[in-house]
Amino acid sequence: MTKKILYRGAEAEIRLSEYMGKTVVQKQRVKKAYRIEEIDRQLIAYRTKEEAKLIAEARSHGVSVPLLYDVDLVKGAITMEYLDGNRVKDILNVLEESERRSICLKIGESIARLHNHDIIHGDLTTSNMIFLNDRIHFIDFGLGCKNIELEAKGVDLHVLMEAFESTHSKYSHCFKDVLKGYSKQFQGDAGAVVEKIEEIVRRGRYR
Amino acid sequence: MMMICLGIEGTAHSIGVGVIKDMRGSCHVLSNLIKAYQPQKGGIHPREAANHHAAHIADLISDSVRKAGVDFADIDLISFSQGPGLGPCLRTAATAARALALTLEKPLIGVNHCVAHLEIGRGTVNGCRDPVLLYVSGANTQVIAFAEGKYRVFGETLDVGIGNCLDKFGRQMDLGFPCGPKIEELAKKATQYLGLPYSIKGMDLAFSGLLTAAEAYMRQGKRLEDVCYSLQETTFAMLTEVTERAMAHTEKQEVLLGGGVASNKRLREMVQIMANDRGADFFVPSRDVCVDNGAMIAWLGFLMYDSGVRMNLDDSLINQRFRTDMVEVTWRD
Repeated sequence: MTKKILYRGAEAEIRLSEYMGKTVVQKQRVKKAYRIEEIDRQLIAYRTKEEAKLIAEARSHGVSVPLLYDVDLVKGAITMEYLDGNRVKDILNVLEESERRSICLKIGESIARLHNHDIIHGDLTTSNMIFLNDRIHFIDFGLGCKNIELEAKGVDLHVLMEAFESTHSKYSHCFKDVLKGYSKQFQGDAGAVVEKIEEIVRRGRYR
Repeated sequence: MMMICLGIEGTAHSIGVGVIKDMRGSCHVLSNLIKAYQPQKGGIHPREAANHHAAHIADLISDSVRKAGVDFADIDLISFSQGPGLGPCLRTAATAARALALTLEKPLIGVNHCVAHLEIGRGTVNGCRDPVLLYVSGANTQVIAFAEGKYRVFGETLDVGIGNCLDKFGRQMDLGFPCGPKIEELAKKATQYLGLPYSIKGMDLAFSGLLTAAEAYMRQGKRLEDVCYSLQETTFAMLTEVTERAMAHTEKQEVLLGGGVASNKRLREMVQIMANDRGADFFVPSRDVCVDNGAMIAWLGFLMYDSGVRMNLDDSLINQRFRTDMVEVTWRD
């Protein structure tokens, strides 16, 4: 079966494949020669398992994520639904301002739905968001976890804020729309989360 | 305009003075002298370090100029490390630089220490044009790259610098300052890997948890060699991973190491392997310009001045929290 490589990230290869007659994506974590076998093996197995668990749980709470078909912890492979949309990273800078702000609102709302169930994405960059069918789909939960603390939610959003400032610096003001959408959907104290983000910025070294 | 520049570095434990000459776009180091403050015990006390710097700066300046084979009258520009760093140390270097500039009646430029680590790679290492910098020192751990017109921090430590992390562990084990080289030696004699928390949050790193776990292993009676090895393998894998992620994100094909911890051969090996696997180039400057040093300060000062940056005394206030992305990069497209 020929598997075309869709995307080669820093951590995994994404291949287009077929599974039970459907077009699917196979995410295969690659072994890294620079780290010792023990770390490599443990990290790959751990991240594959955690990612699969989080995707499944996110889906169960109504967050748009790829549908899971198969998980192989030994190989470090996840077979899932192919999302035929655009990465938010690729479209955010070229959209009309109103569309951009609308997407940012949706991003905030979607993150809130994750956080409402203490699901921390762990790598909220615009490369990990697919816009399809007018919805924000999250991918790559490899660095995610479950965490009830305010700190974790703040750090999660802070990573996105940093991503806005480095990759979408001309539109970093749109992060406010992300927070607006977040505040709308978040069932906890959104104000406290926003304050936490500011605290992280202040606390951060040399910021 | 072939300029001769003198740079003063004093952000933390080292006071350095270097003299460079610009040779059509690359940096020719004429002299580069460093005096590192060795604390009796414990870590660096800022006030004591600053006193150390004040005691040595005048001699370092005259020795550096003499070693460069130039006269004071030949110096076209004085630059100094404006930040980030320890307040008292920064102020000592800045005061010396201001005094020198006023005496010689030559212009003064304050530079960002982290950006200097990147630019000296571009200025002295053949082929290094647009790298992702993994900057690893005692106080600093940052992954920096030029993107969208600025130097941006793509990832950094959320708590302590990797050097400080290793130093803290080493101090607990009475290894003497600096602990890094001793830990590197001990690691070579390890017989097993002991699991340590692998702590990356997005593109940022946290070392405190690792340190706590390493100390716990020691209390449990594990071999020091094994703990050192595990500490290195885990922290360096984390650093390499964040660097790789920045390279993937920015689509850059060069990686540069900088800072004192860049001397570690295992770290170099790991980053080199990662670079090879990506088909990217791996660069590490010579040791004397890798550690905190005056020559890199002089070089960045030259780049800034040459591109039109001018500073008066008011602009020369030091900034302990000088952010990498606050630098207006006038010398790159």
